[in-house]
Amino acid sequence: MTVAHRPTSLGDAIRLMADPVAVAVAGCTDLLVADLATGRRHAAVVDLSRLPELKGVREDGGVIDLGAGCTFTELRRDPLVRSHLSSLAEAAATIGGWQIQNRATLGGNIVNASPAGDALPVLLALDATLVLGGTQGTREIAYESFHQDYRKTALRQGELLVRIRIPRPSSTTWQAFRKVGTREAQAISKVVVAMSASLADGALRDVRIGAGSLAPTPVRLRAAEGVLTGRVPDAAAADDAASAARAEVRPLDDVRSTARYRRWALGNVVRRFVRGIRA
Amino acid sequence: MSRHALIVDGRRILVERDPMDRLLDVLRDAGAKGVREGCGEGECGSCTVLLDDQPVCACLVPVFQADGASIVTSAGVIDAAGQDALASAMLTEGGVQCGACTPGIAVTAHALLAKDPAPDRDAVRDALAGNLCRCTGYERILRAVLRAATAKEEAS
Repeated sequence: MTVAHRPTSLGDAIRLMADPVAVAVAGCTDLLVADLATGRRHAAVVDLSRLPELKGVREDGGVIDLGAGCTFTELRRDPLVRSHLSSLAEAAATIGGWQIQNRATLGGNIVNASPAGDALPVLLALDATLVLGGTQGTREIAYESFHQDYRKTALRQGELLVRIRIPRPSSTTWQAFRKVGTREAQAISKVVVAMSASLADGALRDVRIGAGSLAPTPVRLRAAEGVLTGRVPDAAAADDAASAARAEVRPLDDVRSTARYRRWALGNVVRRFVRGIRA
Repeated sequence: MSRHALIVDGRRILVERDPMDRLLDVLRDAGAKGVREGCGEGECGSCTVLLDDQPVCACLVPVFQADGASIVTSAGVIDAAGQDALASAMLTEGGVQCGACTPGIAVTAHALLAKDPAPDRDAVRDALAGNLCRCTGYERILRAVLRAATAKEEAS
């Protein structure tokens, strides 16, 4: 028998999370799948879906500030996300189907810490910062240092992910997102990649590439970023970046794909991204 | 056990359940057999219901989160006034084969047409992306939804 709490403020939720057996839940689209597979039951759950502090998207001094409780349906329709964070809007539209997007939250995608989480490469490419709330108050952490190992995060006991803050990309920042799966919709990624870059005098600057399903956590593709920085995004640069990306990852064979296919597909996606860059 | 009140296809029901029990099981135990379990993990859309007007997989909703909510199942969709258009378009276009996915498709299509009475092909494809048809009759299902939209527009 589970005790289900439905707090209506972040403070109450944090107090309830002081119970070491309490599990935070939101859209439950990953949680109930794992529950069914393992047969586990929870002694206590704390439902985050009624917390106003976790809702909404707003612009705040050059930052797009996203509530951890925003669903992917909300994100893909949000005017600020659509105009400034096109790669996140694209990712939101490819996560599960409509039913999943109506329930699954950005915060859940982050905290669930799957290496295949589709929104996560976007957070790397756009240099997101996470706002965490706990009994000691709130703290901020770069998203890049949040996922520490397979399914291991920097979240402390009882802490909750509250907001995701993304520096508003300049109007000249170019963004891309691509998920490679077994079918176009409703498939877990074999490879998922996001990229952002800007162009100055025809050369690439501020290149950031995030990729998932290639390692125990989502990863930056620093070698490919290095190859592209300062380069004109021509066909040769695209080929060099593809080779660098393939060389720097060590994917695994698993139920969804093979290491060989993942490496090959990753290179193709990176090459296509670079060839698609327009000033 | 805790007590949960739901409105299912317009009828109020009260159940004593573990709060983490799946909405899917609660609905079926309450007699709403039009809600079908397929994969049980949110991949197939067979158990799609509307939760306060939004399509969701009933297999991934703990019942406590549906407390006080209005649920519409395929039975509710078909009973609703003016919804004959979708059912008859599914029959006319041959959008029903083995029938396992049909209740979920009917609920999702109903939600789409409520939101967007004149969807184009891409909008229908996007809306139905979370409903799998193992008979692979997608083209006929797609045509049925487009036909229903046209029929409803002409009727109104």
